[in-house]
Amino acid sequence: MEKLTIEATVENLAEVTEYITSSLEEKDCSMKIIMQMELVIEEIFVNVASYAYRPYIGLVTVTKEFSDNPRAITISFIDSGIAYNPLAHEDPDTNAAIEDRDIGGLGIFLVKKNVNEISYERSNGQNILTMKKLF
Amino acid sequence: MEIKKILDGTTLTVQIIGRLDASNAQELTNELNASLDGVKDLIFDFANLKYIASAGLRSLLMAQKRMNKQGSMKLCHVDETVMEVLEMTGFADLMTIE
Repeated sequence: MEKLTIEATVENLAEVTEYITSSLEEKDCSMKIIMQMELVIEEIFVNVASYAYRPYIGLVTVTKEFSDNPRAITISFIDSGIAYNPLAHEDPDTNAAIEDRDIGGLGIFLVKKNVNEISYERSNGQNILTMKKLF
Repeated sequence: MEIKKILDGTTLTVQIIGRLDASNAQELTNELNASLDGVKDLIFDFANLKYIASAGLRSLLMAQKRMNKQGSMKLCHVDETVMEVLEMTGFADLMTIE
């Protein structure tokens, strides 16, 4: 497993995205999967950057691991910020009328739709969100 | 991201070039807030929009809510990747897409 530890600030989104997508490109992953992973990374990373340590700046560790048969990437986002389980949110009502549409929860909903497995764990004061994507 | 605006009478066409994400969605919202007075028809030209994340959806939703009060809004030339996100979130049913 490889990992990258970086300050959780929105300015670092491009570096984190590149860290994951460059490996997928090396493995000749389709553009579609890469775009889906970009979306997943953005939604999770921006969430951590915006809320985990507010108003301070803290670190986030991103791990990546590849497996074969079937080919998959497993990534984790680990932060030591306030306890937060994004999976505890109810999914937004995607059939609601526009007046009732609330944007909250849409990011994590998109994440769930774009990965094959997702799990959350709170351990040793850390939030650990792990996702697996087949490609 | 680059935003190009063309105002023709009360029709405003907004081209978004590049990516609409958490780093620039607020810029779009600010740009729209400054441009929508008196606009009856808002057209987003997404021919060159290659990526949208939830922050971008938030900007679109705010624009749609405003245009529901003062006229109409539609999205045109929507790229396949962007369309998938709109469909997944139910936005495709909320908005007029051509």
